[in-house]
Amino acid sequence: MPIERLRIGRPHLFVGRDEAPIAFAESVGGAVRLAALDPAARGAGLSVGLTLADARARVPALEIFPHDPIADADWLERLAEGARRYSPAVALDPPQGLVLDSAGADHLFGGERGLAEDIETRMARRGITVRLAYGDTPEAARTLARYAGTPAPDEMGAIRRLPVAALELDEDAGAALIAAGLKTVGDVLARPMATIAARFGREAATALRRLTGEEDSPLIPRVVAAPIGVERRFAEPVARTEHMLGVLEELAGEAARALEERHEGGRRWDARLFRADGEVQALRVETGQPTRDPAVLLRLFRERIEALADPLDPGFGYDLIRLDVGLAEKLDAVQLRLEGGEAKAEAVAALIDRLGTRLGRERVRRIHPRDSHMPEQAELLLPATEAAPRAEWTHPEPGEPPMRPIHLFDPPQPIESLAAETPDGPPARFRWQRKMHDVARAEGPERIAGEWWRRADMTPPTRDYYRVEDVRGRRFWIFRHGLYSETERPRWYVHGLFA
Amino acid sequence: MEEPFALIDRLRRAACLATRMEEGERGTGDALTRGLAPAQLHEIHALSQGEAASGAGFAIGCALAAGARPILWLRTEAAERQGGRLHGPGLIAMGLDPADLVVVVVGDDSALLRAAADGARCPGLGTVIAEGWGAMRGLDLTASRRLMLAAEASGVVMILLRVAGQVVPSAATTRWAVAPAPSRALAADAPGAPAYDLELLRRRGAPAGTRWRVEWNRDTQSFDPAPLSGARLPLVADRAAADRPPAPVRGTR
Repeated sequence: MPIERLRIGRPHLFVGRDEAPIAFAESVGGAVRLAALDPAARGAGLSVGLTLADARARVPALEIFPHDPIADADWLERLAEGARRYSPAVALDPPQGLVLDSAGADHLFGGERGLAEDIETRMARRGITVRLAYGDTPEAARTLARYAGTPAPDEMGAIRRLPVAALELDEDAGAALIAAGLKTVGDVLARPMATIAARFGREAATALRRLTGEEDSPLIPRVVAAPIGVERRFAEPVARTEHMLGVLEELAGEAARALEERHEGGRRWDARLFRADGEVQALRVETGQPTRDPAVLLRLFRERIEALADPLDPGFGYDLIRLDVGLAEKLDAVQLRLEGGEAKAEAVAALIDRLGTRLGRERVRRIHPRDSHMPEQAELLLPATEAAPRAEWTHPEPGEPPMRPIHLFDPPQPIESLAAETPDGPPARFRWQRKMHDVARAEGPERIAGEWWRRADMTPPTRDYYRVEDVRGRRFWIFRHGLYSETERPRWYVHGLFA
Repeated sequence: MEEPFALIDRLRRAACLATRMEEGERGTGDALTRGLAPAQLHEIHALSQGEAASGAGFAIGCALAAGARPILWLRTEAAERQGGRLHGPGLIAMGLDPADLVVVVVGDDSALLRAAADGARCPGLGTVIAEGWGAMRGLDLTASRRLMLAAEASGVVMILLRVAGQVVPSAATTRWAVAPAPSRALAADAPGAPAYDLELLRRRGAPAGTRWRVEWNRDTQSFDPAPLSGARLPLVADRAAADRPPAPVRGTR
């Protein structure tokens, strides 16, 4: 698989040197060893685990590439994304496998055989070798795909003919099975299960039961299937973005009708555009309020497409477009719009959705109160589409000047205290951002102690806050970090600016 | 071609605004007790970075005095980084409930102007504050005219808050320069209510150049004329100053 990834992703590496055997090497404990081989290299007698020096000596023409398991995992994820065209339930089986739950999906391709053929032709077009197998359980299917045995009339027969290596036991147990004269799974199955468990370990028995479907090994899909999903397949790929959006609107209409029956509206909509060449592009829009208005959704999708860093590239066209409603909430048939306030709030919610779709949800925020007396933690910035937590702001007394700044620096910015200070007073003069400020008025200190219960080992120094105003009227919120009794030379910071 | 009724409506609004400003001139900042006129574009300039907080405070005051809530506040990442983030307890202390505020942080000036135009078109909002630091790229007569038209249609108070930026020709109805002023000291020489020095740099269809010193009163949600201490600023500016171009009027203090 890594070789196919490289061939597809970086074809220029292979121009004019198709014949050479290829291997991937990684360094294991000081020695560089082979990690993956192509058929040509395997044919030349190399094997995984051989040191690079040995391999070079045996096959001088060997091409070596660095082994990159992360890129391989990423490649597998992308294949899994692409495989969602066949079924929403796709599970990864690293390092090289995918397991699909095709129940209820294969009729679209004319049965299991048709589905298998579609997968094979599609993969072959991209230059990817696949080994397919169907099974009654995920475990049986993946084992059959990996360890193709001799042909058999039925599934159970095929499983019986698998070599014992298919049980994927550790080396000792595997060797013990072979030493006992058990060569195929069928040989092992012929013995009483209790004997197997006693002689070869509990794992051997469990592996057997899984393979035969006696014990469940559930398929854990990568993505939980959405409650509502609609899709459209095209014999002739859709190449124009406008046309694609039209299809998306139709799909949104279909999804809206399904939602209406359930008295729900969608809050998260995922569109997946499956390109004919196997690429998948995903678009997600989220709304603050549940909706099922196709026009609104289409506007948001347009916004999303415009905001993409890489413009949408239809390539040779999309042959499958799918729209899932990932999150749905209660929405009654008709929204009351008796008061003007309601319509206004709706206009604002629509604006927030638009801006959030274009700029990213976390960039459109509301400021919520949080119960902490550390100034930098006394507020919580949440996306405006999210509900407010339950907490209250402390409201100021009438006639009191602002006691907190409107601009807060996080982290606080250091200042240089210049004029002599009284032990419990603010500096008479300080320098901040290379500018001198002469303090004309000041109030304080307001003592804010560290939240000692949060860090039992080390209590942060106490902060003494002062509101100061310089001679020109600029108002600062400064603090001394640590009492004179706590630190030798406490540092000063400006934490915020008053309006 | 505009519809005659719409045109009459716009003329009437402009006239109404001019009257309010005239009153204001007589009564030292009386116009400000009711905030800036709705459905118009206003520019507020804080001439240096150190005055950004004053600009923000004045903008909040203008929105609250006009009763133009909720507020959409657009900032760039640069402003957030250099000027500090908007702080909830401090906004409450100015009289603005953060529940009435949505803060949007955008990547650059062009995204800022685009979001501002979207906000100005939204009739559900009271005020849109677009805060740009330094020379705002993409802000020209066309862009400001677009904001002005959007505000006229929706009734939103559209405030362009500019920090340390050059004055460029714009379609704004009024243009203000704001700087912090020494506050009236409370007991034990503590800093008092926020005070500002304002200068009306430009206003459409009327003389400008007036200066005020005002104090923000959170409890009445209005600007009060501040008793001047020390050097008095002229209450009514010289008329000759009215005709000068709006290009850099005052150096950095």
